[in-house]
Amino acid sequence: MTGSPRYDGPFGTQQAERLLWRAGFGPRRGEAARLAKLGLDGAVRSLTRPPGEKWIGPSPHDDKGRPLAPADAYGHDHLWWLDRMVRTSRPLVERMTLNYHDWFATSNSGVGSQKLMLAQNRLLRRYSLGSFRKMLVSITANPAMLIWLSGIDNRKGAPNENYGRELMELFTLGEGNGYTERDVREQARALTGWTSTWKRGKGQTDFRFDASRHDPGAKVIFGKTGTFSWRDSVDLTLHHPRHAPFFVTKLWSYFVPDPPDAQTRAALETLYRDGGFEVRPVLEAILRHPALYTGGRMVKPPVVYIAGLLRGLGRGIDTTAWVWLSEGAGQRLFYPPNVAGWDDSRWLDTNTFRGRWSIANQALAPFTLEQKKGKKPPKISGDPDKIVQGALALLGNPTIREETRTELRAFARASLQTASGWKADAYPPLVANAVRQLLAVSPDLQTC
Amino acid sequence: MACCNEHSRAEILRQGIARAGNGLPAIESGMPTPAGTGLDRRTFVARSLGLALAVYGGSALGPRLLDEGIASAAAATGGSQQVIVSVFLDGGADALSLLAPVQDPLYRSLRPRLALDPTAGTPFAEDPGLMWHPSLAPLAQLHAEGKVSVLPGVGYDHPNQSHFTSRHFWEVGAADERLATGWLGRYLDRVGKPDNPLQGLSLDWSLQPSLATSKMPVAAVDAPDRYDFWARGVWGDVGDRMIDTIGRLGSLSPQGDAGLRQATDALRQSSQLYRQLTPFRPKDNQPAFTSPVPYPGGDDRFPRRLAGLAAMLSAGLPLRVVALSAPGHYDTHDDQAKDLTDGLALTATSLLAFQRDLEARGLADRVLVHVWSEFGRRAKENGSGGTDHGAAGTGFLIGSRVAGTMIGEFPGLSKLDENGNLRATSDFRGLYAAILEDWLSTDADGIIPGARAFARPKILR
Repeated sequence: MTGSPRYDGPFGTQQAERLLWRAGFGPRRGEAARLAKLGLDGAVRSLTRPPGEKWIGPSPHDDKGRPLAPADAYGHDHLWWLDRMVRTSRPLVERMTLNYHDWFATSNSGVGSQKLMLAQNRLLRRYSLGSFRKMLVSITANPAMLIWLSGIDNRKGAPNENYGRELMELFTLGEGNGYTERDVREQARALTGWTSTWKRGKGQTDFRFDASRHDPGAKVIFGKTGTFSWRDSVDLTLHHPRHAPFFVTKLWSYFVPDPPDAQTRAALETLYRDGGFEVRPVLEAILRHPALYTGGRMVKPPVVYIAGLLRGLGRGIDTTAWVWLSEGAGQRLFYPPNVAGWDDSRWLDTNTFRGRWSIANQALAPFTLEQKKGKKPPKISGDPDKIVQGALALLGNPTIREETRTELRAFARASLQTASGWKADAYPPLVANAVRQLLAVSPDLQTC
Repeated sequence: MACCNEHSRAEILRQGIARAGNGLPAIESGMPTPAGTGLDRRTFVARSLGLALAVYGGSALGPRLLDEGIASAAAATGGSQQVIVSVFLDGGADALSLLAPVQDPLYRSLRPRLALDPTAGTPFAEDPGLMWHPSLAPLAQLHAEGKVSVLPGVGYDHPNQSHFTSRHFWEVGAADERLATGWLGRYLDRVGKPDNPLQGLSLDWSLQPSLATSKMPVAAVDAPDRYDFWARGVWGDVGDRMIDTIGRLGSLSPQGDAGLRQATDALRQSSQLYRQLTPFRPKDNQPAFTSPVPYPGGDDRFPRRLAGLAAMLSAGLPLRVVALSAPGHYDTHDDQAKDLTDGLALTATSLLAFQRDLEARGLADRVLVHVWSEFGRRAKENGSGGTDHGAAGTGFLIGSRVAGTMIGEFPGLSKLDENGNLRATSDFRGLYAAILEDWLSTDADGIIPGARAFARPKILR
């Protein structure tokens, strides 16, 4: 049998760097070189089968040095997760949690409880590399999801189609792919029975399955007849012949921009089916696939861009500004735009680029070279090459194209050429600040 | 003027525009800017018209001639350019509140809690059974002046009740889930210029999907007077050069890589837009523009965006289509009464101010505003002081040149569809076709799929 193709080119720092971006949030200083030494298989396994979690780098706090309150303080939910992305020793776990946050996109704008959103986040993390079946069963009964897609309003005699429809359309099969409007209505009946209690000051609480609200009658789903329950609803969907192709293609799309070829897709489907809906073997095949290393680049999602800048700089979460900065670039965690998640094909326009400019500016802020009052300007070499090298080193030595380097050098040279007299001392730090900023927003660093 | 009569002067200016390139050419680096830091109005107009090369490139036109002649050129070029402004009521605005059938006894039985008081608002002159929502009094006023055409039941057959899908249909101008370009984007792909992002402007945090193009650049700005690229510890000519370098990095070849292409496009277009909006950046704590009429105050960006839009049009900036979202929450599953009152009031007062602004600036004949929502709401109210997703909804066309008469009649409460929703009495695709053909003077064929099948309403006087 033919398996999924395996990349057999050189696995050096550059390949390790791409792997760390696609399967995580980019390398810390020196991390790509260390990963490259493990070879392709070793590197992939270190991500898909990571040892116990460790936290690397300074612990998070707000602008006044106070610890985060993710369940309570506005925006701290976002900061709390961003910190995990920056400091984790298990980047693929966090990245897959983010992918699933997009896949099962639930917004706190509809849920109205940071606490419930964080509970859902824990669930997404628990199964991030594990069983998709367990994930789907759990998310179907998850309180935040039960609120978001009206599960608690779905009861015998008054079915609500919201979850049943999205279960098939967005989570498991794809829009109109192998089901009918009748299947939507019958799924809704099978899913009846969940409820909760609203308490003043607490909101929705005590989420439970109440058999008296469940419709126990016979249903016809995908042509099969039975007195299906909510668990049957999940299993019928998972065993639908269109599910495995949908699953592997959607999972692939988070890692590689072009869709898989037919042979690859078939091999991934086999891995997924034979593995009993285990995600890890499929992930390992994708992360070893030649398309990941030789194919086109992907635009980094805003939070990946932010977390990556901070990892490269060695900076931790020390300001709440990341909440609005991230939103300005188009991605506020726990608030996807709708149940279909973020539109990965439209991260960049003139306004979200400006948002990323502000992000880079904030990331670089503590490192700004500034003349202190009554002091001389900081001493910086006036050599354009050294200024560009210095900016690269500060940002963790990312790989950039030669033509980008040439533009940055030309900018530095032209800016310094006119600097005579007092400017001869004052300009090098200005130019160094500008080169760092330009490097951080360059097309090379927006993509991976 | 010694050298030329009025006609030939205008002719030279037009040639200048043609020579300077299509739309807006790059301001070459090294090109001198006027002494001091601020650009005066003349420069501003020149840049926005694409005359920068003519101004700075030592053309036959002296600055004095330009000084006096540019305003007429702006009128000549800009004046021929009709502008469409799309205003989106996000969430599915309730048709039965916007224009309430207060005289119909069915209304009260379907809406025991939410029915509006029949004396609270202005009666709708074209159909006395209907009443304007009290918050829409500013639109009632414009309607009385003949400047509003109402679509009391706009939608499409086989209505989709998902926000996501229905909004997408409206944005792409077809009941097609896979179509990726917006209907206004396809219009720009036909008539737009490769170096003018401002031709399709989203006044928003990110691009409005109706403007998505396949070829031509378009822009999104949160606020036109705040589009700046500032960096800590960078100033003076290093700062200017840094911004030029954004454009240079955006002009590097993406070498066939789609991801790199997205990123380089964003850098290049941002740098173009930055130059186009130069006159809109406040200098020395002076506001970037002033409005001849008052707009609603407060924190919301909507009135400020409209005020900026009128100022941009007045300055002759090369805008063709503009899209933005109205303030308010229209997905009123609960707390409908209050949410609607607040959102509609700010929306309507701002739109009235915008119309008055355009009138004061002599621009009102160039602008058509289209107000729309992805669907209306269920006729019967739900159990929580709100309404669920429906089908046909209410839309408005606003402007000095609109016909001012209803497009399609009110669908009526006695013949709801099988889901208890209003039936459509006009089709949004027919409306789009009429806007393209009668307002923007281009064939709807090739922009609206199957355009021939849709009847065109009379939208203009």
